[in-house]
Amino acid sequence: MSELASEPSIQARIGVITFPGTLDDVDAARAVRAAGAESVSLWHADADLKGVDAVVVPGGFSYGDYLRCGAIAKFAPVMGEVVRSAEQGMPVLGICNGFQVLCEAGLLPGALTRNAGLHFVCRDLWLEVASNSTAWTSRYELGADLLVPLKSGEGRYVASEPVLDKLEGDGRVVFRYRDNPNGSMRDIAGISSANGRVVGLMPHPEHATEALTGPSDDGLGLFYSALDLVLAA
Amino acid sequence: MVRVVVDVMPKPEILDPQGQAVAKALPRMGFSGISDVRQGKHFELEVDDSVDDETLAKIAEGFLSNPVIEDFVVRRVPS
Repeated sequence: MSELASEPSIQARIGVITFPGTLDDVDAARAVRAAGAESVSLWHADADLKGVDAVVVPGGFSYGDYLRCGAIAKFAPVMGEVVRSAEQGMPVLGICNGFQVLCEAGLLPGALTRNAGLHFVCRDLWLEVASNSTAWTSRYELGADLLVPLKSGEGRYVASEPVLDKLEGDGRVVFRYRDNPNGSMRDIAGISSANGRVVGLMPHPEHATEALTGPSDDGLGLFYSALDLVLAA
Repeated sequence: MVRVVVDVMPKPEILDPQGQAVAKALPRMGFSGISDVRQGKHFELEVDDSVDDETLAKIAEGFLSNPVIEDFVVRRVPS
Protein backbone atom coordinates (compact mmCIF):
# COMPACT_ATOMS: atom_id res chain seq x y z
CA MET A 1 0.00 0.00 0.00
CA SER A 2 0.97 3.63 -0.35
CA GLU A 3 2.89 5.47 2.35
CA LEU A 4 0.84 7.31 4.93
CA ALA A 5 1.66 10.92 5.65
CA SER A 6 1.83 12.44 9.10
CA GLU A 7 -1.33 13.40 10.93
CA PRO A 8 -3.06 16.52 9.68
CA SER A 9 -3.06 19.43 12.07
CA ILE A 10 -6.53 20.76 11.28
CA GLN A 11 -9.20 18.75 13.02
CA ALA A 12 -11.77 16.94 10.89
CA ARG A 13 -14.83 15.40 12.51
CA ILE A 14 -15.99 11.94 11.42
CA GLY A 15 -19.22 10.50 12.83
CA VAL A 16 -19.66 6.84 13.81
CA ILE A 17 -23.23 5.55 14.08
CA THR A 18 -24.42 3.21 16.82
CA PHE A 19 -27.60 1.17 16.26
CA PRO A 20 -28.94 -1.35 18.79
CA GLY A 21 -26.78 -4.40 17.98
CA THR A 22 -23.85 -2.49 16.48
CA LEU A 23 -20.55 -4.10 17.53
CA ASP A 24 -17.74 -2.30 15.76
CA ASP A 25 -18.46 1.33 16.55
CA VAL A 26 -15.68 1.38 19.15
CA ASP A 27 -13.04 0.13 16.72
CA ALA A 28 -14.35 2.42 13.98
CA ALA A 29 -14.03 5.41 16.31
CA ARG A 30 -10.54 4.25 17.25
CA ALA A 31 -9.57 4.02 13.57
CA VAL A 32 -10.89 7.55 13.00
CA ARG A 33 -8.73 8.83 15.86
CA ALA A 34 -5.73 6.81 14.68
CA ALA A 35 -5.98 8.64 11.36
CA GLY A 36 -5.93 11.95 13.19
CA ALA A 37 -9.59 12.96 13.06
CA GLU A 38 -12.03 13.57 15.88
CA SER A 39 -14.60 10.77 16.20
CA VAL A 40 -18.15 11.83 16.93
CA SER A 41 -20.68 9.32 18.28
CA LEU A 42 -24.00 9.36 16.42
CA TRP A 43 -27.09 7.66 17.86
CA HIS A 44 -29.54 5.78 15.63
CA ALA A 45 -32.59 7.48 17.12
CA ASP A 46 -31.32 11.03 16.61
CA ALA A 47 -31.97 12.65 13.24
CA ASP A 48 -28.79 14.65 13.79
CA LEU A 49 -25.32 14.27 12.29
CA LYS A 50 -23.86 16.88 14.68
CA GLY A 51 -22.21 18.71 11.80
CA VAL A 52 -19.69 15.97 11.00
CA ASP A 53 -17.64 16.01 7.80
CA ALA A 54 -18.05 12.29 7.05
CA VAL A 55 -19.86 9.27 8.47
CA VAL A 56 -18.91 5.65 9.15
CA VAL A 57 -21.72 3.09 9.38
CA PRO A 58 -19.97 0.32 11.33
CA GLY A 59 -20.43 -3.43 11.52
CA GLY A 60 -22.43 -5.63 13.84
CA PHE A 61 -26.00 -6.88 13.86
CA SER A 62 -28.20 -3.79 13.81
CA TYR A 63 -31.63 -4.59 15.24
CA GLY A 64 -30.55 -8.21 15.57
CA ASP A 65 -30.48 -8.62 11.77
CA TYR A 66 -34.27 -9.09 12.06
CA LEU A 67 -36.15 -9.38 8.76
CA ARG A 68 -32.93 -8.93 6.70
CA CYS A 69 -29.52 -7.53 7.53
CA GLY A 70 -29.86 -3.75 7.50
CA ALA A 71 -33.58 -3.80 6.67
CA ILE A 72 -34.70 -2.15 9.91
CA ALA A 73 -31.69 0.14 10.23
CA LYS A 74 -32.50 1.89 6.98
CA PHE A 75 -35.57 3.41 8.69
CA ALA A 76 -33.61 4.75 11.68
CA PRO A 77 -33.93 8.54 12.05
CA VAL A 78 -30.17 9.00 11.69
CA MET A 79 -30.18 7.20 8.32
CA GLY A 80 -32.54 9.76 6.81
CA GLU A 81 -29.88 12.38 7.54
CA VAL A 82 -27.12 10.13 6.18
CA VAL A 83 -29.00 9.64 2.90
CA ARG A 84 -29.68 13.39 2.60
CA SER A 85 -26.05 14.32 3.32
CA ALA A 86 -24.68 11.60 1.05
CA GLU A 87 -26.77 12.97 -1.80
CA GLN A 88 -25.04 16.31 -1.21
CA GLY A 89 -21.61 14.64 -1.45
CA MET A 90 -20.68 13.85 2.14
CA PRO A 91 -18.30 10.87 2.35
CA VAL A 92 -19.98 7.79 3.86
CA LEU A 93 -18.28 4.46 4.58
CA GLY A 94 -20.30 1.32 5.33
CA ILE A 95 -18.40 -1.61 6.80
CA CYS A 96 -19.92 -5.11 6.94
CA ASN A 97 -23.39 -4.58 8.45
CA GLY A 98 -22.91 -0.92 7.50
CA PHE A 99 -22.49 -2.00 3.86
CA GLN A 100 -25.71 -4.02 4.17
CA VAL A 101 -27.47 -0.95 5.61
CA LEU A 102 -26.26 1.28 2.75
CA CYS A 103 -27.53 -1.25 0.18
CA GLU A 104 -30.90 -1.52 1.91
CA ALA A 105 -31.10 2.27 2.12
CA GLY A 106 -30.53 2.55 -1.63
CA LEU A 107 -27.24 4.46 -1.39
CA LEU A 108 -25.45 1.53 -3.03
CA PRO A 109 -26.83 -0.98 -5.56
CA GLY A 110 -27.15 -4.73 -5.00
CA ALA A 111 -27.57 -6.80 -1.86
CA LEU A 112 -25.64 -9.02 0.52
CA THR A 113 -26.89 -12.58 0.90
CA ARG A 114 -26.01 -15.75 2.81
CA ASN A 115 -22.46 -16.97 2.12
CA ALA A 116 -22.38 -19.60 -0.63
CA GLY A 117 -20.89 -22.20 1.73
CA LEU A 118 -23.34 -21.26 4.53
CA HIS A 119 -20.39 -20.94 6.92
CA PHE A 120 -19.71 -17.77 8.85
CA VAL A 121 -16.28 -16.67 7.58
CA CYS A 122 -13.97 -15.16 10.19
CA ARG A 123 -10.39 -14.74 9.01
CA ASP A 124 -7.79 -12.30 7.73
CA LEU A 125 -7.72 -12.14 3.95
CA TRP A 126 -6.20 -10.24 1.05
CA LEU A 127 -8.09 -7.57 -0.83
CA GLU A 128 -7.15 -5.89 -4.07
CA VAL A 129 -7.75 -2.14 -4.36
CA ALA A 130 -9.72 -2.02 -7.61
CA SER A 131 -10.39 1.72 -7.55
CA ASN A 132 -8.45 4.52 -5.89
CA SER A 133 -10.66 7.28 -7.24
CA THR A 134 -13.15 7.21 -4.37
CA ALA A 135 -13.35 9.38 -1.25
CA TRP A 136 -12.15 6.46 0.87
CA THR A 137 -9.37 4.92 -1.26
CA SER A 138 -7.36 7.83 -2.74
CA ARG A 139 -4.37 6.99 -0.51
CA TYR A 140 -3.95 3.53 -2.04
CA GLU A 141 -2.15 2.54 -5.18
CA LEU A 142 -4.34 0.86 -7.75
CA GLY A 143 -3.94 -2.91 -7.46
CA ALA A 144 -2.48 -2.68 -3.94
CA ASP A 145 -2.94 -5.69 -1.65
CA LEU A 146 -4.51 -5.10 1.76
CA LEU A 147 -4.60 -7.63 4.58
CA VAL A 148 -7.79 -7.12 6.62
CA PRO A 149 -10.19 -9.30 8.61
CA LEU A 150 -13.52 -10.53 7.25
CA LYS A 151 -16.20 -11.74 9.67
CA SER A 152 -19.63 -12.28 8.17
CA GLY A 153 -22.25 -14.91 7.44
CA GLU A 154 -24.15 -12.84 4.88
CA GLY A 155 -21.41 -11.27 2.83
CA ARG A 156 -22.09 -12.63 -0.63
CA TYR A 157 -22.46 -9.60 -2.90
CA VAL A 158 -25.29 -10.02 -5.40
CA ALA A 159 -26.62 -7.78 -8.17
CA SER A 160 -28.14 -8.27 -11.60
CA GLU A 161 -25.78 -8.78 -14.53
CA PRO A 162 -26.51 -5.32 -16.02
CA VAL A 163 -25.78 -3.70 -12.64
CA LEU A 164 -22.54 -5.67 -12.28
CA ASP A 165 -21.50 -4.68 -15.82
CA LYS A 166 -22.23 -1.04 -15.07
CA LEU A 167 -20.33 -1.12 -11.76
CA GLU A 168 -17.29 -2.58 -13.50
CA GLY A 169 -17.60 -0.30 -16.52
CA ASP A 170 -17.82 2.80 -14.34
CA GLY A 171 -14.92 1.78 -12.11
CA ARG A 172 -17.17 1.43 -9.09
CA VAL A 173 -15.83 -1.93 -7.92
CA VAL A 174 -13.55 -0.64 -5.15
CA PHE A 175 -12.28 -3.84 -3.50
CA ARG A 176 -11.99 -7.40 -4.80
CA TYR A 177 -11.24 -10.59 -2.88
CA ARG A 178 -8.00 -12.21 -3.98
CA ASP A 179 -9.49 -15.55 -2.91
CA ASN A 180 -13.27 -15.31 -2.89
CA PRO A 181 -14.46 -16.59 0.54
CA ASN A 182 -18.24 -16.32 0.20
CA GLY A 183 -19.26 -16.62 -3.45
CA SER A 184 -19.56 -12.87 -4.02
CA MET A 185 -20.34 -12.16 -7.65
CA ARG A 186 -17.24 -11.18 -9.64
CA ASP A 187 -15.19 -11.40 -6.41
CA ILE A 188 -16.63 -8.08 -5.27
CA ALA A 189 -15.78 -7.11 -1.68
CA GLY A 190 -16.66 -3.42 -1.91
CA ILE A 191 -18.29 -0.89 -4.24
CA SER A 192 -18.89 2.84 -4.44
CA SER A 193 -21.65 5.24 -5.41
CA ALA A 194 -21.48 6.91 -8.84
CA ASN A 195 -19.75 9.98 -7.38
CA GLY A 196 -17.29 7.86 -5.36
CA ARG A 197 -18.28 9.47 -2.06
CA VAL A 198 -20.19 6.48 -0.65
CA VAL A 199 -18.20 3.26 -0.25
CA GLY A 200 -19.34 -0.04 1.25
CA LEU A 201 -17.29 -3.17 1.89
CA MET A 202 -17.74 -6.40 3.82
CA PRO A 203 -14.20 -6.75 5.26
CA HIS A 204 -13.16 -4.68 8.26
CA PRO A 205 -10.47 -2.03 7.65
CA GLU A 206 -11.16 -0.56 11.11
CA HIS A 207 -9.80 -3.79 12.64
CA ALA A 208 -6.55 -3.39 10.68
CA THR A 209 -5.09 -0.17 12.00
CA GLU A 210 -2.11 -1.39 14.04
CA ALA A 211 -0.08 -4.56 14.51
CA LEU A 212 -1.07 -4.91 18.18
CA THR A 213 -4.77 -5.58 17.46
CA GLY A 214 -4.96 -6.51 13.80
CA PRO A 215 -3.13 -8.33 11.01
CA SER A 216 -1.77 -5.07 9.54
CA ASP A 217 -2.33 -1.32 9.47
CA ASP A 218 -3.54 -1.56 5.87
CA GLY A 219 -7.02 -0.33 6.83
CA LEU A 220 -5.87 3.09 7.97
CA GLY A 221 -5.61 4.31 4.38
CA LEU A 222 -9.41 4.49 4.06
CA PHE A 223 -9.62 6.92 6.94
CA TYR A 224 -6.64 8.99 5.77
CA SER A 225 -8.24 9.19 2.32
CA ALA A 226 -11.49 10.62 3.67
CA LEU A 227 -9.52 13.00 5.86
CA ASP A 228 -7.59 14.29 2.84
CA LEU A 229 -10.88 15.03 1.08
CA VAL A 230 -12.51 16.69 4.08
CA LEU A 231 -9.49 18.87 4.83
CA ALA A 232 -9.10 19.89 1.19
CA ALA A 233 -12.72 21.08 1.06
CA MET B 1 -60.11 -7.48 10.24
CA VAL B 2 -58.67 -9.76 7.66
CA ARG B 3 -55.58 -11.93 7.58
CA VAL B 4 -53.06 -11.07 4.91
CA VAL B 5 -50.32 -13.51 4.03
CA VAL B 6 -47.11 -12.33 2.40
CA ASP B 7 -44.76 -14.98 1.04
CA VAL B 8 -41.25 -13.84 0.21
CA MET B 9 -38.97 -16.10 -1.85
CA PRO B 10 -35.46 -15.70 -3.20
CA LYS B 11 -35.62 -14.94 -6.93
CA PRO B 12 -35.05 -18.04 -9.09
CA GLU B 13 -31.63 -16.83 -10.24
CA ILE B 14 -30.44 -16.08 -6.69
CA LEU B 15 -28.37 -18.80 -5.04
CA ASP B 16 -30.20 -20.24 -2.02
CA PRO B 17 -27.59 -22.13 0.02
CA GLN B 18 -30.05 -22.70 2.88
CA GLY B 19 -32.51 -24.42 0.56
CA GLN B 20 -29.69 -26.45 -0.96
CA ALA B 21 -28.57 -27.59 2.49
CA VAL B 22 -32.10 -28.81 3.25
CA ALA B 23 -32.33 -30.55 -0.12
CA LYS B 24 -29.03 -32.32 0.48
CA ALA B 25 -30.08 -33.43 3.97
CA LEU B 26 -33.29 -35.12 2.83
CA PRO B 27 -31.71 -38.17 1.11
CA ARG B 28 -29.45 -38.66 4.13
CA MET B 29 -32.59 -38.88 6.27
CA GLY B 30 -34.08 -41.49 3.97
CA PHE B 31 -36.46 -39.24 2.02
CA SER B 32 -36.10 -39.71 -1.71
CA GLY B 33 -37.70 -38.07 -4.73
CA ILE B 34 -37.23 -34.43 -3.68
CA SER B 35 -35.11 -32.74 -6.31
CA ASP B 36 -34.95 -29.15 -5.04
CA VAL B 37 -35.80 -26.98 -2.04
CA ARG B 38 -36.06 -23.19 -1.94
CA GLN B 39 -36.34 -21.47 1.44
CA GLY B 40 -38.25 -18.22 1.94
CA LYS B 41 -40.24 -16.25 4.50
CA HIS B 42 -43.92 -16.33 5.39
CA PHE B 43 -45.59 -13.32 7.07
CA GLU B 44 -49.10 -13.20 8.54
CA LEU B 45 -50.54 -9.72 9.03
CA GLU B 46 -53.82 -8.96 10.84
CA VAL B 47 -55.10 -6.08 8.77
CA ASP B 48 -57.89 -3.56 9.19
CA ASP B 49 -60.49 -3.53 6.37
CA SER B 50 -59.46 0.02 5.51
CA VAL B 51 -56.01 -1.03 4.27
CA ASP B 52 -56.08 -1.32 0.49
CA ASP B 53 -54.12 -3.62 -1.81
CA GLU B 54 -51.83 -0.84 -2.96
CA THR B 55 -50.71 -0.19 0.62
CA LEU B 56 -50.13 -3.90 1.21
CA ALA B 57 -48.01 -4.10 -1.95
CA LYS B 58 -45.95 -1.15 -0.72
CA ILE B 59 -45.34 -2.90 2.60
CA ALA B 60 -44.38 -6.14 0.86
CA GLU B 61 -42.11 -4.55 -1.71
CA GLY B 62 -40.53 -1.78 0.33
CA PHE B 63 -40.03 -3.57 3.62
CA LEU B 64 -40.88 -7.27 3.88
CA SER B 65 -38.88 -8.11 0.76
CA ASN B 66 -35.79 -6.76 -0.96
CA PRO B 67 -36.70 -6.52 -4.65
CA VAL B 68 -33.05 -6.95 -5.65
CA ILE B 69 -33.02 -10.54 -4.46
CA GLU B 70 -36.58 -11.56 -3.57
CA ASP B 71 -40.06 -11.94 -5.08
CA PHE B 72 -43.24 -11.65 -3.03
CA VAL B 73 -46.90 -12.69 -3.19
CA VAL B 74 -49.64 -10.96 -1.17
CA ARG B 75 -52.86 -12.87 -0.39
CA ARG B 76 -55.93 -12.04 1.68
CA VAL B 77 -57.11 -15.23 3.44
CA PRO B 78 -60.14 -16.02 5.62
CA SER B 79 -58.94 -16.05 9.22
